[in-house]
Amino acid sequence: MNQRPEPVQVVKQRRDATLQKLVAGVPYMQFLGIHIERRGDELTAVLPFDEALIGNPMLPALHGGVTAAFLEVTAIMELSWAMIWEDMEAGKVTDDAPKILLPKTIDFTLDYLRTGLPRDAYARARVNRSGRRYASVHVEAWQDNRSRLFAQATGHFLMPARDG
Amino acid sequence: MSDEQHIRREMLARKFIEAIPHARALGMVLTNVGDGHAEIAMDYDTRFVGDPETGVIHGGAVSALMDTCGGAAVMSHPAATVSTATLGLRIDYMRAATPGQRITARAECYHVTRSVAFVRATAVDDDPDRPVATATGTFTIERPKA
Repeated sequence: MNQRPEPVQVVKQRRDATLQKLVAGVPYMQFLGIHIERRGDELTAVLPFDEALIGNPMLPALHGGVTAAFLEVTAIMELSWAMIWEDMEAGKVTDDAPKILLPKTIDFTLDYLRTGLPRDAYARARVNRSGRRYASVHVEAWQDNRSRLFAQATGHFLMPARDG
Repeated sequence: MSDEQHIRREMLARKFIEAIPHARALGMVLTNVGDGHAEIAMDYDTRFVGDPETGVIHGGAVSALMDTCGGAAVMSHPAATVSTATLGLRIDYMRAATPGQRITARAECYHVTRSVAFVRATAVDDDPDRPVATATGTFTIERPKA
């Protein structure tokens, strides 16, 4: 006998709640105003424009450090999301479950391709390799056109110790 | 370089950071600058935390500090660029910054060509012998229009 698939609301509620839990655990994301949109397992980080994000008031342009932070946050969120996906789907990520430990950045290499314009920015990351201890993640950011990246980065991360 | 030029360049570098909204948002203070060197400090702030369990500052805030400090070092270099932008930046995170402590970045612009500046930087907290992070970066040089 086939098991009936879970109701769609149950699946969505579980995934959105887990994502919310991840994001809420990082005060610096709130400081920069970053939120994350989800479609299935695909995450897009959104950085709404704000005057406080400006690095060059003459142009004006986004601060290179804002771009760096945005890309790093996106990489860590994607990696954490991939890391907890199975536990989440198995219903193990609950309110009384231990706090989700985040990977730690070992190194981060940024490539600034264009001036960051004074408007919203988006970023998506791809986990290229994720082992027990180390992971390598690539991340891309754009503004108006998905094919015209304004920055990209690759980083190595130390994975948190996990059971089993 | 004459004293007057020297003072002018220091003033420009100081203005450069004071005029940056995001540097202000992170509470950055230029503590030393001149001749291709810059030192910028950032006080501990719970809003910059990456993980509330540990209270450690997010790597992104350290990156923003390193990037700003690198830019200030380029601006203060005798090559006298009118403006600069980051081309590439690599940051190595050696350890977590100690919660509650101020982070200070020092950057040195050690080489410039007609169009590119090369920079290295180090960030420390209260223990200067064990850096929190190091970085190397390349920045653009904008020549004044003739």
